[in-house]
Amino acid sequence: MSTPLKRTPLYAEHVAAGARMVPFGGWEMPVQYTGIIEEHRATRGAVGLFDVSHMGEFEVEGPGALAALQHLTTNDAAALEVGQIQYSVLCYPNGTIVDDLTVYRMGDTRYMITVNAGNIDKDWAHVTTSTAHIKDARWRNASEGTGLIAVQGPKAEALVGRLAECDVTAIGYYRFARGNVGEVPTVISRTGYTGEDGFELYAPADGTAQLWKALRAAGRADGVTPVGLGARDTLRLEMKYALYGNDIDDTTNALEAGLGWVVKPAKGEFIGREALEKVRAEGVRRRLVGIEMVEKAVARHGYPVRKDGRPVGIVTSGSYGPSVDKYIGIAYVETALAAIGSAVEIEIRGQGKGAQVARTPFYPPKVKKAG
Amino acid sequence: MANVPKDLKYTREHEWARQEGERVRVGITAYAQEQLGDVVFVELPKVGAKVTAAKNFGVVESVKAVSDLFAPISGEVVEVNGELGQKPETVNQDPYGKGWMLVVKPSSKAEWDHLLTAQQYEELIAQGGH
Repeated sequence: MSTPLKRTPLYAEHVAAGARMVPFGGWEMPVQYTGIIEEHRATRGAVGLFDVSHMGEFEVEGPGALAALQHLTTNDAAALEVGQIQYSVLCYPNGTIVDDLTVYRMGDTRYMITVNAGNIDKDWAHVTTSTAHIKDARWRNASEGTGLIAVQGPKAEALVGRLAECDVTAIGYYRFARGNVGEVPTVISRTGYTGEDGFELYAPADGTAQLWKALRAAGRADGVTPVGLGARDTLRLEMKYALYGNDIDDTTNALEAGLGWVVKPAKGEFIGREALEKVRAEGVRRRLVGIEMVEKAVARHGYPVRKDGRPVGIVTSGSYGPSVDKYIGIAYVETALAAIGSAVEIEIRGQGKGAQVARTPFYPPKVKKAG
Repeated sequence: MANVPKDLKYTREHEWARQEGERVRVGITAYAQEQLGDVVFVELPKVGAKVTAAKNFGVVESVKAVSDLFAPISGEVVEVNGELGQKPETVNQDPYGKGWMLVVKPSSKAEWDHLLTAQQYEELIAQGGH
């Protein structure tokens, strides 16, 4: 690694708050401020603030924008109304995953996609070269100029509502509105990566620190807490939300990863459609499942999964789940062993430790589903 | 600056050792638990097991990472802190007290002198802990 680490517009805020900074996907990010478990609980119990400015934002605009997205993504972008958001996947022709993303319909012929930080360069090359043949679709990489703060937890709506000019209670799940928050112009998106109700606020990079400070000041009585990547990971793990690079990547296909709900071949052609149709027809060989340790031990990314000593899969994520008070994980296992309750062993430091396939999400989601 | 009690000896891998008569109590330092963050799992040997100085005797896991534990001295394990199975967070809360890990009956007296003094350990962590 010779490239210097990038910093978000909130770098100085994190350092001032005493955060422990670590490299993540080419960025210098806070892994924790006071402690991962405390920050996790503050998010589930009150409201957490997450700097996710490292994520990438690309805009595509023009009469061909929809055609470009339909070609690139597995979900049906034609179903989006203006103001609506969709979870989706970028695939390679063989059905494996370039990235997972959210697609925002900003206007009649204008969209924004939000991609993972570590994939920005790769995704930019992929979307622009793969759609070069599509006329009237202009791409713009807005990542550098855009900050992003996630406000998550049961008190998130009240906190953002107090600072917003518009009525945020009217914004449904996977919908967004535009408006000033703390006098900073934002896209107020009712989305997140924690299983809690809340928002992700897109702001100009030069207004992101002002927005962060406003949220911290206005949320003091709510117990607002800055939350690092450590708790972001345990929160998403309890929801079994996939993390690119851990659970999904260019060796896993979208169907075995459990993302079939956003793979819509009926919409027409897209990159990877043929391969995924074949996988669907033949049936997946393995499935991404939740696992729960039966014997006391912590499963980690890369640990083998065995059944009676035979290799049957691999752990992709694993840790302690603070809100479920269990050692939990995510793993690929052979389809025949993927049913809830199925007993397997996780090989941990040379020893098989008992585990079972668990119902997921591990923790009941509190997202606002109506709207 | 992390707490480094004067009456203990230390390893370069951030374990502490306390002489208690003929026996030696072992744990990890305040600096180590701070660096690890929230401890969620501790794996220790059984009573009767043999440990060897500078060799791995167990594992401590935080939310994010797995770390090996290294024995300050060689000998036989005569006590294990079973409480850590149910309350691994005790290692964070009281690393030199209730968060102890093992009591060892040393097989060699000479090894004790090879351990770091509190002052040497303070210098080590002042340099970033490596």
